[in-house]
Amino acid sequence: MSDLVILILLGALSVASALGLLLSQNAIYAALFLVLNFIIGAVIFLVLNAPFLAVVQISVYAGAIMVLFVFVIMLLGAERLAPTENPPGLNYQRPLAVTLGVALLLLSAYVLFVRPSTSVVMTQPVDTSPQAVGIQLFTTYAFPFEVVSLLLLAAMIGAVVLTRKTE
Amino acid sequence: MDAASFVVFLSSVLFVIGVMGVLLRRSALMTFMSVELMLNAANLAFVAFAHRLGQLAGQMFVFFVMTVAAAEVAVGLALIVTIFRTKRSTSVDDLAQLRG
Repeated sequence: MSDLVILILLGALSVASALGLLLSQNAIYAALFLVLNFIIGAVIFLVLNAPFLAVVQISVYAGAIMVLFVFVIMLLGAERLAPTENPPGLNYQRPLAVTLGVALLLLSAYVLFVRPSTSVVMTQPVDTSPQAVGIQLFTTYAFPFEVVSLLLLAAMIGAVVLTRKTE
Repeated sequence: MDAASFVVFLSSVLFVIGVMGVLLRRSALMTFMSVELMLNAANLAFVAFAHRLGQLAGQMFVFFVMTVAAAEVAVGLALIVTIFRTKRSTSVDDLAQLRG
């Protein structure tokens, strides 16, 4: 039960930082709100018994990816975002987006809380230590692991080719 | 209500905020950060279900989603830098033509 209290507090912080990302007018502030959101996500992973993912979340997401974002924002000098007026011909877009988003939220709340849950499968907790995750990664998931390494190579070459100076 | 259902609901709230960011903000950088928020929300749901079912498979999927997100950020930010060089802007409304 105490897990739930911690999760509710973390969830409130998480939603607040996501709203900060959505509403901030400065790209750097938005990136920092996103870093905060990722760190809170890492703590939620810890509560949910996933220590390996919590560390990967901090080092890869909050570390590498967000450093790349902040670097690009400052390199371009694009901190000040343009005022967010509607483009001509899309005036219906904003109210429609808000309406559909609220509808999606209500629907998921209904499915999770109102509708009686059918079958709660509770098995005994498995070993989720980094050692167990590593063994799974290099035995059962060896092929996806190799495919992902190819994907990262392709992304690296793509990024180099795209940003090359063409004369 | 148990912990897993709450986290799945939290993940749907964060996902909706991410969708709002993609739909309402006009800067390509903000759109991109909102996509990251949506990926993170999906990861939360994966971990919640792995916790509920007592299986490791959900956690492995989160690992692969993170890797794909890293690759996506590398290529996407390279595209934004290239577009900014020619257009001097990151607004998606300025990108209405295919010809560079």
